[in-house]
Amino acid sequence: MTMIDAIRDAMDVALTHDPNVIVFGQDVGYFGGVFRATEGLQRRHGVERVFDAPIAEGGIVAVAVGMGAYGKRPVVEIQFADYIYPATDQLISEAARLRYRTAGEWWSPITVRTPYGGGIYGGQTHSQSPEGIFTHVAGLKTVIPSTPYDAKGLLISAIEDDDPVLFFEPKRLYNGPFDGHHDRPVTPWSKHPASEVPEGRYSIPLGEAKIVRPGEDVTVLAYGTMVHVALAAAEDTGIDAEVIDLRSLVPLDLDTIVASARRTGRCVVVHEATRTCGFGAELAALVQEHCFFDLEAPVERVTGWDTPYPHAFEWEYFPGPTRLGKALRRVIEV
Amino acid sequence: MLRNDTGLHVPQPDRRPGDEADFSELRIPEAGKLHRPPIDTAASEMREFAFGLLRVLDDDGQSVGAWAPAVSAEALLRGLRAMLLTRAYDTRMVRVQRQGKSSFYMKCTGEEAVAVAAAMALDREDMCFPTYRQQGLLIARKWPLVDMMNQVYSNSGDRLKGRQMPVFYSSRQAGFFSISGNLGTQYSQAVGWAMAAASDRDRRISAAWIGEGATAEGDFHYALTFAAVYRAPVILNIVNNQWAISSFSGIAGGDEAPFAARGLGYGIPSFRVDGNDFLAVLAATLWAAERARSGFGPTLIEHFTYRVEGHSTSDDPSRYRPGNEGATWPLGDPIARLKQHLVGLAALDEEAYQVLEAEVAEEVRVAGREAERLGTLKEGARIPASTMFEDVYRDMPPHLMAQRIQAGV
Repeated sequence: MTMIDAIRDAMDVALTHDPNVIVFGQDVGYFGGVFRATEGLQRRHGVERVFDAPIAEGGIVAVAVGMGAYGKRPVVEIQFADYIYPATDQLISEAARLRYRTAGEWWSPITVRTPYGGGIYGGQTHSQSPEGIFTHVAGLKTVIPSTPYDAKGLLISAIEDDDPVLFFEPKRLYNGPFDGHHDRPVTPWSKHPASEVPEGRYSIPLGEAKIVRPGEDVTVLAYGTMVHVALAAAEDTGIDAEVIDLRSLVPLDLDTIVASARRTGRCVVVHEATRTCGFGAELAALVQEHCFFDLEAPVERVTGWDTPYPHAFEWEYFPGPTRLGKALRRVIEV
Repeated sequence: MLRNDTGLHVPQPDRRPGDEADFSELRIPEAGKLHRPPIDTAASEMREFAFGLLRVLDDDGQSVGAWAPAVSAEALLRGLRAMLLTRAYDTRMVRVQRQGKSSFYMKCTGEEAVAVAAAMALDREDMCFPTYRQQGLLIARKWPLVDMMNQVYSNSGDRLKGRQMPVFYSSRQAGFFSISGNLGTQYSQAVGWAMAAASDRDRRISAAWIGEGATAEGDFHYALTFAAVYRAPVILNIVNNQWAISSFSGIAGGDEAPFAARGLGYGIPSFRVDGNDFLAVLAATLWAAERARSGFGPTLIEHFTYRVEGHSTSDDPSRYRPGNEGATWPLGDPIARLKQHLVGLAALDEEAYQVLEAEVAEEVRVAGREAERLGTLKEGARIPASTMFEDVYRDMPPHLMAQRIQAGV
């Protein structure tokens, strides 16, 4: 399966297993989504369970919060993460706090799926990585898969979770793994072992990272497209990097991170989002707090620049394997 | 005239502090004149209801016209009692705020009918999405005053564990959705609740409230759009009490058209109702509830009323409006008007009314003493501070466990 197939399959499984699951968003119903993530779901599960919504992100999330209060388990789509901002009041002030402010009387078992990330010439409003805005919010969970297998298992967990989950889908990975070598042909998922996706229901717990490449020299903390970039950078440089795919940013698998960084004594954090106050800042702070006496070099961050995402300068902006490779060499040579 | 000569129009209220209150410009239609359309009437046929003013009680307190609801005097007495109890409760809670026993309070003086009559028209199982000024819903649904007071005091009996400011009640059992400080957010959530109920073939409906000031929020537009598109079984109430803190209703757009008129543009049948007329609020809500339950979709009701008191205990209205405005509001006082009606029906006399007033005062006093035994904001029993880390998520994640230990609570 491609990542799109896996995501669609996860919703199909959830719709089949739980009559309270409802899927909606812009172009999600009859048309099956602009990325085909919901194709066929309305035909299979009916228009009352999978339907089109008006172009109003704030309304879509608000309605989901209301449905959650009723007892439904809404899975809504925001067409691009770049357009999630009109819904931030409902996400931050409402969904995230409902359980807390009512001491558990009500809660928001909602999942917000949204394609994110660059590397597709998406320019300013089809490339952003706003995860750091939401990881800062108490009460929200943030999940980002990097393979079809993880996408299905994590999305099923997100839907079944009783807390509000933001599920950011790296659209650059929808049809195949992408390692940042934009000058080479992209391989389809079918050539990748993680495209083997089991039928039916399975889940991957939120809050568990995965070591995708064991190594001894340096720990690389990555998620989404950057997982594949990190693997390429290790390959290109020959540095024995341990690449950790965080998979879930909140809750965070601190134990796996700390154990690895203590062992390697070096750490590089990589994400597409802009640097200042990005999630990498939290990761770097946690690593220095918990691994200070084991660190042989300062923690490095390889990120998008602190600019809006440009169109023509896609590959100068995108933190590819060359930039990451340089950082790996820097922390090794200290 | 050249456009530049006209300048920027910034609406201003007719009267400011120092001026005499004067509502003589306000056109108040006679009670009982509007016909009662069928519940499946299209929005396009309801212009006179959105631009007019639905009134049932005339100047003599008689229930007149096609909208006079078939309701017993006993039921109306219960409504009167709930309004009186709401007012007595408000009075005490402001007093204890002034005594420093709580941090904050908001009264609903003059707006009691908006909540209490709606509660009477709805089924007990219907879900309300209120703002911070519909405490009358809880009181009409006989929710214990002590529980409400515990919330205001954030004391050891506060079910919300001291996490919310006073008056931000929540009662799942009473069908009273958690109040949020963010204006308008609950309005669109109510539509989602109603959509969910519709998809379950559930006969319950939802009702939402918003102030006229907050209709300017995007959530108001979202709510009307989604309610209309999916024909959600929801009643969308706008409480137009003329004032959003210090801003008069013209700043929210009220000078150009009645707030009810906005519903028509979305295809939602809409009413403008005398919000101080208990029977008019009751009748309009019954119509809207029947319409929603019959599958015809949403209704919008603007309750035309007046915020008699300050916005909150942190507000001084004498700094932006004439001091005597509330007393001169031409639609009068909802309690006095229902009382007059019941006296006219011979269901109540002055002596019985005073007994009722004494009764509710005593009920509030007894509840107050009981609540204060459970503590007030800064004195007496408190909920353990360690609980502030709970309920952020269903299960406490490791980083919050670590912070709880670090906090030493």
